[in-house]
Amino acid sequence: MSALTILNGPAAPLLTDNINTDLIAPMFRPAQAGTLRGLATKREDLASMLFAGLRYDAQDCEIPEFVLNRPPFRNARFMLGGANFGCGSSRDTAALMLSAFGIRCVAAPSFGEIFHDNCFKAGMLPLVLEPELVASLAHEAKDGADFALDVAAQTLRAPSGRVVRFDLPAFRREQLLSGADEITLTLRRNAEIQAYQERARALHPWSFPPRQQDC
Amino acid sequence: MPAQARTLFEKIWDRHIVADYGSGFALMYVDRLIVPDLSSRSLSQLRTRGLPLARPELVFGVADHAITTDPHSDDPRGLANPFIANLREQARHFGLTMLEIGEPGHGIMHVISPELGIALPGLTLCCSDSHSCTIGALGALAWGIGGGELTHILATQTSVQRKPKTMRISLEGQLPPCTQGKDIILRLIGEIGVAAGNGYAVEYAGTAIRSLPMEGRFTVCNMSVEFGARFGMIAPDDVTLNYVAGRPYAPTDALWEAAIADWRQLPTDPMAKFDKEISIDLTGLTPQVTWGNNPAAVLPIDGRIPDPASEPDLRRRKEMEAALAYMDLVPGRAIEGTPIDWVFIGSCTNSRLSDLRAAAAVAKDRKVPADVRAWVVPGSTGVKRQAEAEGLDRIFRAAGFEWREPGCSMCLGANGDVVSRGERCVSTSNRNFVGRQGPGSRTHLASPVLAAASACAGVIADPRKLV
Repeated sequence: MSALTILNGPAAPLLTDNINTDLIAPMFRPAQAGTLRGLATKREDLASMLFAGLRYDAQDCEIPEFVLNRPPFRNARFMLGGANFGCGSSRDTAALMLSAFGIRCVAAPSFGEIFHDNCFKAGMLPLVLEPELVASLAHEAKDGADFALDVAAQTLRAPSGRVVRFDLPAFRREQLLSGADEITLTLRRNAEIQAYQERARALHPWSFPPRQQDC
Repeated sequence: MPAQARTLFEKIWDRHIVADYGSGFALMYVDRLIVPDLSSRSLSQLRTRGLPLARPELVFGVADHAITTDPHSDDPRGLANPFIANLREQARHFGLTMLEIGEPGHGIMHVISPELGIALPGLTLCCSDSHSCTIGALGALAWGIGGGELTHILATQTSVQRKPKTMRISLEGQLPPCTQGKDIILRLIGEIGVAAGNGYAVEYAGTAIRSLPMEGRFTVCNMSVEFGARFGMIAPDDVTLNYVAGRPYAPTDALWEAAIADWRQLPTDPMAKFDKEISIDLTGLTPQVTWGNNPAAVLPIDGRIPDPASEPDLRRRKEMEAALAYMDLVPGRAIEGTPIDWVFIGSCTNSRLSDLRAAAAVAKDRKVPADVRAWVVPGSTGVKRQAEAEGLDRIFRAAGFEWREPGCSMCLGANGDVVSRGERCVSTSNRNFVGRQGPGSRTHLASPVLAAASACAGVIADPRKLV
């Protein structure tokens, strides 16, 4: 995972509430419903599938009115969303596709929880802001002017120069700033995990399937 | 000094903390992990990194999302399916248990994990699927994760989680005939909205829940995530214990006795406090059906399609207009009688034996019109075989339903089972999102009995008029 320290660029407004992960990361492009033969893994494939159902029509042509097809927002680095952004399915392609497109910060009044977690794992910041604030930022964003995020300082600067301050839990801030691999970090705690397992086996022996491989 | 009063959620949460990370975060132990076919690349990633699988005996692989449900498929075992072939290969490499297609343990992960006793009360369980909350009905802590987190659990058997707040939803009253777990949860979401559970672990309680059989409880907990709750739970009781007893992976003998003694201690203490309490009276509950593009856009079957003109909130009004346009519905009209093209009875919400029995009771001696396609997709091979032993497949076939092989199927169409553009489907699944059942598909969520009644009527129908 790459670290997220600063981010500069346009913010695409998409203020509809309840934008679900089926919309963000659909299974198919509208022209291609059928049996899945693989999931996008390459960066350009992930980026082109983002919001595919809203970006392309049934003939696979771009829908010019959709925000990410409009010139300033083709280079969007932020998204301004409605309440409950990222609700629904747990697919982490939703975060990965946004990130592959270049959008590494979504500001919204609230988020679907699994999406919220998946964002941090993808090196993205889901930023919870008051609905009125998101709406006024969207007003500033509409011509494609640059926003600026500084994760260490915990600030988001809008085009007008006003600065929005936010407060991340220390654990989350470190995760973004270091870009450290969480598996490596957790494996350093192997002794604690082993001790937990021994304790649990003594307290709740029924909670482990019968020992087969490890006896 | 007496121990502090705790909720069911807190008791299970506390006992699974491996390390406290501060600011509400903890490293949690994961007792069971299920890897569905679409997530097999997490296993590939583990292998590419040269990492071992932490606890192969706690990990189970199953082909459900991508598997064909076509009884005449020329590749019933998914040998040529890239997701399933990779899952099988990785399972062999890592030594985890693959629940093989066509064998009794195969099916939709949230159907088979309780059916096999892989999921048990008091345990933590993760799957890379948002409907993992289904399993909370056993009195377990089960939550959905993304593919990246799945890799983390495969490597460490742990997951970093932030402790949620707690909410108790008391559902009171006796269910009228023709109403099921599905009607309870749809009615609830309609009342509290699709984001009411964000940040909460929900415990369902009350007389309506206590009198609900185990399979109905799974249906209720299944849709917790549809109002934002990552965890939905029901305290274990005799109904739970009777369900779990004798399952293939359930503890036996002395371990069973120890397990029961433990599970009896899990229910929320009488003095325990929740961060939020909601109570809903279900007396007179009517069969529910959705009209829009999220599960809160729901009506009683005798209701009328809402009119955006009477919605004062401008944003909300625009959303309603968009949903009505997508769904091709006219405000003010009765929802009952709307012509349909498809009926799908299946999914992790409603594909268990009791669902199929209830639907078959409606379909018996009736006929699906020629212009409607109706599918029954059992949740597991176990469900399918038992249903066939009871003759349910013959009832469905005689009525003109297609009797299919187990899998997630038309809930999301990942295997190619899709509703065509512009077609209308009454579905027992959990999501009526734009394009969920295929690009341009129109989904109405409902219970198995309402779905079966609609299949036989060719229109959205009130099951109370048929039974």
